Amino acid sequence: QAAWCVLPSRVLLVLTSQKGIQMYESDGSIMVYWHALDVTEHPPAQAVFARGIAAAGGRFVCVGTSSGLVLVFDIPPKGTNITVSEALEQHHDAITDIAAELGQAPDGAGDVVTADDAGTLCVWSAGEEFSLLCKIPGFGCTCSSVKLWNGIVAAGYGNGQIRLYEAATGLLRAEVNAHARWIYALDLAPQTGKLLSGAEDSFVHVWKLSRNTDTEDVEIQHCHAECVTDTQVCGACFCDPDGNSFAVTGYDLSEIFRYSQV
Amino acid sequence: MSARALPLLFLNLGGEMLYILDQRLRAQSIPGEKARKDEWTDVDRKRVMNDIITTMFNKKFMEELFKPQELYSKKALRTVYDRLAHASIMRLNQASMDKLYDLMTMAFKYQVLLCPRPKDILLVTFNHLDAIKDFVSDSPGILNQVDETFRQLIETYGRLSAGELQLIRQTLLIFFQDMHIRVSIFLKDKVQNSNGRFVLPISGPVPWGTEVPGLIRMFNRNGDEVKRTEFTTDGNYVTPQREGSFDLYGDRVLKLGTNMYSVSRPVETHMSGSSKNLTSHAKENVAPNPLAKEELNFLARLLGGLEMKKPGGSETGFRLNLFTTDEEEEHAALTRPEELSYKVINVEAMQEPGRRAELSRILGELEVAEPRPGSSGKGEDLLALMDEL
Repeated sequence: QAAWCVLPSRVLLVLTSQKGIQMYESDGSIMVYWHALDVTEHPPAQAVFARGIAAAGGRFVCVGTSSGLVLVFDIPPKGTNITVSEALEQHHDAITDIAAELGQAPDGAGDVVTADDAGTLCVWSAGEEFSLLCKIPGFGCTCSSVKLWNGIVAAGYGNGQIRLYEAATGLLRAEVNAHARWIYALDLAPQTGKLLSGAEDSFVHVWKLSRNTDTEDVEIQHCHAECVTDTQVCGACFCDPDGNSFAVTGYDLSEIFRYSQV
Repeated sequence: MSARALPLLFLNLGGEMLYILDQRLRAQSIPGEKARKDEWTDVDRKRVMNDIITTMFNKKFMEELFKPQELYSKKALRTVYDRLAHASIMRLNQASMDKLYDLMTMAFKYQVLLCPRPKDILLVTFNHLDAIKDFVSDSPGILNQVDETFRQLIETYGRLSAGELQLIRQTLLIFFQDMHIRVSIFLKDKVQNSNGRFVLPISGPVPWGTEVPGLIRMFNRNGDEVKRTEFTTDGNYVTPQREGSFDLYGDRVLKLGTNMYSVSRPVETHMSGSSKNLTSHAKENVAPNPLAKEELNFLARLLGGLEMKKPGGSETGFRLNLFTTDEEEEHAALTRPEELSYKVINVEAMQEPGRRAELSRILGELEVAEPRPGSSGKGEDLLALMDEL
């Protein structure tokens, strides 16, 4: 995996692989940090890898591992003196995705959400010591992708469902039978609350998240569907913060498709 | 990537190989009384199938296979099937072996790609094993071996999470990435496009455990449903009837992995005009790979110690053609695009004298035994496999 981690003072390019975690300056020129994964922590037949990357709390980079451990790295404003600040141990299954709050969190709503193979979600408050705000149990399905916006957790699952939860309390607010196959990617456009979902069923959907100001209920509506013929979509993300265009990749595809609103 | 993908890869590809060989042997077989000395009979066919299946499910072989390990390279795996296909009296020319391997790999790629849920890859495997048991239904000894492997599959994979199974599936898909060989039975059934890519249907039953897309439900803070809306797409999905069985016996429900060949449908592959993605295939490293020695070691170990029945004086092996005529087979060999050739491993001898000695020994023991003088056209000796190390 590869992700840009945008912190107030610098942008890092973080890469995860089977051997470990690498961090580069944003132009890719210098590797500023290398963290090898501890193979001994895993039972012999289990795969070892790092997966799930997010910048959090203006100071940290969180990376998930196949053992369920979430590593928290403390990033100085510049230089290579990156250290492991904490290892969060709430998950018992391989981490699938990590997301940081992209908008404005209502009080107590949390900075980071982590997801795993069993479908368990954890909402954290970032700091010198991360604290667990709430834990949302799985329902027998892998949570493959997760996003956090304005205190709403958007989670995509292996059975094609998207669920919205209240980050502060873990309450289920919406359930969408969105796709007919495994959801691979979710993205969120923070300016508008548009949500993008891409799955193995060849479909990419655009949704709109909002909060009803009177009832405080979370709402989600379907905006658009796109079928990428004969392609299992593996990656999808918005190309702008308003969500007016998005890019899609798929298995066996050597191209990236870009869709724009006319 | 997953260290548990190899058994599934091996067993499913092996299953496809058996389907194809069975079809070709039936297509080319002559009733026993009428057959000349160099023609196939039903008895020969059963013998070949039995021999190959016995080798595939050899206990030591299976033990090695199920050990957690990375997937073999395409070249190393091809060599395994080369050996396997020659585990009996049957001989295949290079062109036929190439075609066989193309068909096997594209078929399994299709099955992995279209698996509705990650767990369904086990159902595909069970479909292959069910058919294999049918091939050897009158040989209780081999049936037992297959059942043992069945049990081991259930034990190894039965309790993995969906995420772990998806990782296995992704490992397999990476192995098959960029392979777009066109198979005429797929093209005819509209399962593959003319550019070599598979058709992904957007209709039919959803996977077990998935809801038909369309419904949006919203809840208030008390958990009550307060709003319900629907959306539509071009997709046309329905609820599945029932789940396939993961037991030793049972209705698998899923059709992927069942035998799609029949005697009347000859299978061809098209080499020309394949998609431009083949250029990435060509860039694969063809220089002798120093690690190939390690792979050959594993390979040699896997096939080592297998007792092969050497043919008696009157028995002779004979050639199976995967094409309709010998001329076609020759033509296919001459016109196969360079980038699609499966180069058998070229191993460079190491500098260290100790290693070189061991390497030569392994290579020597894998040499094909020279044909005995006086054997007929179809008479070549069995490939002599390694004795106990």
